[in-house]
Amino acid sequence: MFVPERVWWKPLSRPEKSWLIIALVWCLFLTAMMPLWFVLGRQNVPAETYTVTPQQYREIVDAFTAQYQVDTLNGVPVVEPPAGSDVYLLARQWQWYPILKLKKGTPYRLHISSTDVQHGFSLQPVNLNLQVLPGYDYVAKITPTQAGDYSIVCNEFCAIGHHLMASKLIVTD
Amino acid sequence: MAVATLPRSQAKAEFRTCPVTFLKVDLAAERLIIANAVAAVVFLLIGGLYALLIALTRWQAVHLLNATWFYRLLTAHGFNMLVAWMVFFEVAGLYFGSAIMLNARMVKPRLAWLGFILMAVGAVMFNVIVLMGKGDVMFTAYVPLKAHPLFYLGFILFAVGALIGVGLFFANLVMAKREKTYEGSVPLVTFGLATAAILAVYTLVAGALALVPALLWSLNIIPSVDPTYYRNMFWAFGHPAQQVNLAAMVSIWYMLASFTVGATPLNEKFSRLAFVLYILFINLGSAHHLLVDPGPGFAWKATNTSYAMYLAVLGSLIHAFSIPAAIEVAQRRKGFTKGAFDWLRKGPWREPGFSSLVISMVLFGWVGGVTGVVIGTEQINMLAHNTLRLPGHFHATVVSGTTLAFMGATYYLIPLIFRRELRLKKWASWQPYVFGSGMLLVSIGMIAAGLQGVPRRHWDITFAGSPFSISIPAAAQISLALFGVGALIAITGGIMYLTVVLVSVFGGKRREAHRLTLVMSDANPLVEYALPNKDKEAEGKLAPQGAFILVLAFLIFMATYYLTNWWLLGRTWLIR
Ligand code: HEM
Ligand SMILES: [Cu+2]
Ligand SMILES: [Cu+2]
Repeated sequence: MFVPERVWWKPLSRPEKSWLIIALVWCLFLTAMMPLWFVLGRQNVPAETYTVTPQQYREIVDAFTAQYQVDTLNGVPVVEPPAGSDVYLLARQWQWYPILKLKKGTPYRLHISSTDVQHGFSLQPVNLNLQVLPGYDYVAKITPTQAGDYSIVCNEFCAIGHHLMASKLIVTD
Repeated sequence: MAVATLPRSQAKAEFRTCPVTFLKVDLAAERLIIANAVAAVVFLLIGGLYALLIALTRWQAVHLLNATWFYRLLTAHGFNMLVAWMVFFEVAGLYFGSAIMLNARMVKPRLAWLGFILMAVGAVMFNVIVLMGKGDVMFTAYVPLKAHPLFYLGFILFAVGALIGVGLFFANLVMAKREKTYEGSVPLVTFGLATAAILAVYTLVAGALALVPALLWSLNIIPSVDPTYYRNMFWAFGHPAQQVNLAAMVSIWYMLASFTVGATPLNEKFSRLAFVLYILFINLGSAHHLLVDPGPGFAWKATNTSYAMYLAVLGSLIHAFSIPAAIEVAQRRKGFTKGAFDWLRKGPWREPGFSSLVISMVLFGWVGGVTGVVIGTEQINMLAHNTLRLPGHFHATVVSGTTLAFMGATYYLIPLIFRRELRLKKWASWQPYVFGSGMLLVSIGMIAAGLQGVPRRHWDITFAGSPFSISIPAAAQISLALFGVGALIAITGGIMYLTVVLVSVFGGKRREAHRLTLVMSDANPLVEYALPNKDKEAEGKLAPQGAFILVLAFLIFMATYYLTNWWLLGRTWLIR
C-alpha cells in the first residue's frame, strides 16, 4: 500500500490505452463543439462590452425612456422602442427599469448595466441568464422568437431585497 | 520556505511506532492532525446546522427563516462548509500524507500550530461578523457589496494559516527525502496530496489578490475595486480550490480502495499522469465562472474553459477508470471472476469505506462531473448561470463526492490516529447510504428546479412581496420538495457521522491498533488480500472488463445529457 514498486512506469495495458484514447477523443469533441457553435449556432454569449459610469448610464436610460414611453405598469414606465434599435435596461436595488415592449422576430441591441451592485439578468421562462456589473454596458443582440409576457428576475444576490427584484418583458406579434 | 536552514538531525522529534504499519509516527504531527481534524468536524457541525435551516427555507412549502436570516446563514454555510470544513480536513490530510506516510518527522511543529491558530481565529471571526449581521454578502462577497473589514480579514487570516500548512507539507517532503525516511518514489496518495498542495499555493495567492484589495476598500483606503477584476481573482481562488478538494478526494479514493479491498493501482503511471493533468490545466478554471460576464470575448472564455477544463476532465476520466479497475482486479484475485460484475456484487457493501468510496465516485462522476462539464460549456452556461443548477452541481461534487470520501476515511483514521476503537459500527455501516441517497435527491432536486429557471441564493421564488407576479412553473415546487426531503435525509446522515466520530473519540476504548482492521470485520485487507497471482490462466480472468463497461456506460450517459443541453439551447431566443 504505502510505497510503490521501484519501477512504476510500466507501459499501459490494453484497456487502459483504449480508454485513454476514447477519453481524449471525447475531450477534443467537447473542445471543438464551442467554436463550431460559435460559427454555426444562433445562440452565443454576447461579447460586446463598453465601460460606462453609473451616472452616464442613468442619463442614457432616462432619455431613452422619455423618448419611447407608452404606458406605466406598477409605477414602472413601459417603453416601446422602434424595431431593431438599441434598447436599454437598468438594474438597481431592487428594480429593473424600464419595462421593454419588443416585437417578435426582430433583432434588438439590448444594453444592460447596473448603477449600484452586481445583479443577474434572468429571463423566464426562456431561461437566458447574464451577469450584470456596474461600470460595464453589456450589449446582447437578441431576437425574441415568441410573443407573450415574460419575466425578468434577478439571480445574483444583491442584498436583502434581492428576491423582490422582478419585472416583465412584453413581446408582441 | 527556508528549507535549507532546517536542522538535519531528528533529535528533537518524538516518535511512536505504529504497530499497524510499522511506520514511525511523529507525536507532534499526530497532535496537529488531531487538532485540524477536530476543527474540521466542528465546522462541519456548524455548517450542517445552517444547512438544515436554509434547506428548510428553500423548500418553498416550509419556508422556515425570514429573508435576512436566510441570506445570513447562507453566507455562513458556504464559508463553513466549502472553506473551513474542507481545508481543515485537507491540512490534517497533508500532515498525514507527508509526516506519517513517509515515516518522517514534522518540520517546525510550532509554525504548524501558528497556522492552525490563524485558521481557527479567521474562521471564528468570519462566523461572528456574519452572525452579527455585518456581512450579508454571501461568502463570494462580490464587490461593490460591502461587508465589515473583519469579514475580509477573517477570510485572509484563514488563507494565510492554510498557506503555512501547505508550505510545511512541502518542507516535510523535502526533509523526508533528505533524511531518507522512505525508499523509491513517494506513494501515490502522497503524490496526489502534493498535487493538491501545489494547486493550493496558486489558489491562495489568487485569493489574496481578490480579498486584500476588498479589505482595503472596506477600510476606505482605496476608492473602489473593479468588479470584473474581483470576480476573476476570486474564482482563480475559488475554482482551483475545488481542484484541491478533487485531488485530495481522489487520493482518498485510492486509499479507501486499498484499505477495503486491497486494491493497488494497476498502473501508477496512468494514475500519476492524471494528477499531473490537474496541475497543468486547471489554472484558469476561474473562466467558467465568468462565461456570461461582460468583458472577455469568446476566445478568452472558450480557451480557458476548454483547455483548462477538458484536459483536467481527461485526468478525471482516467481516475474514473483506473480506480474501479483496481478494485475489480483486487476482487478478481480473490476469486470473484464470474461474469463482468460478480466482483462488484460481491464487494464488501457493509464496509463503510467501500460503500462511501463507491457512492462518492458515482455521485461525483455521474451527477457532479457530468453536470459540471455541461454547465461549463461556454454557450450552454447561458441556460444555467446562477440558477439552482449550480448548487445542484456542486452538492454532487464537493458534498456528495469529497465530503463523503472524507467521512469514509475518518472511520479508519480514528483507530490509527486517535487510537480509539470505533464505536457504533452499525451506524457507520449505514451512514454512507443515508448521506448518499439524501444528497442524490438534493442534487437532482436542485438541478431540476434550476432547469425550470429557479434562481440560486433566493429567498422566495413566489415573489410574494414583488409588484410583479412571476410564474415559475408549478413543477419547480415539486423539485424543491424533492430537494427538501433529500436535505432532511442527508442531514440525518451527517448527524450519524458526527455521532459516530464524537462517541468514538470521546468514548471509544483507548487501545493500540495492532493492525489495520476493517470496520465490519477483523480482516486485515493489506495482508490477506494481497495474493500474488502470476498464473497465466488467471491473467485472462483478472482483466478489468466490468470497469471498462462501466466507464463506457458513463460516457454514453454524459454524451446524452451534453447533447440534450445543446438541443435546449438551440430552442431559445436568438442571442449574440
Ligand atoms: C448536509 C447537507 C447539505 C444541505 C442540505 C445543503 C443545502 C444547501 C442549500 C439549501 C444551499 C443554498 C442554495 C441556494 O439557495 O443557492 C446551499 C448552498 C451551498 N452549499 Fe450546501 N448543503 C449541505 C452540505 C454542504 C456541504 C458539505 C458543502 C461543502 C463541502 C456545501 C457547500 C455549499 C456551498 C458552497 C453553497 C453555496 C453558497 C452560496 O451560494 O454562497 N453544502 N447548501
Ligand atoms: Cu438584483
Ligand atoms: Cu439580486
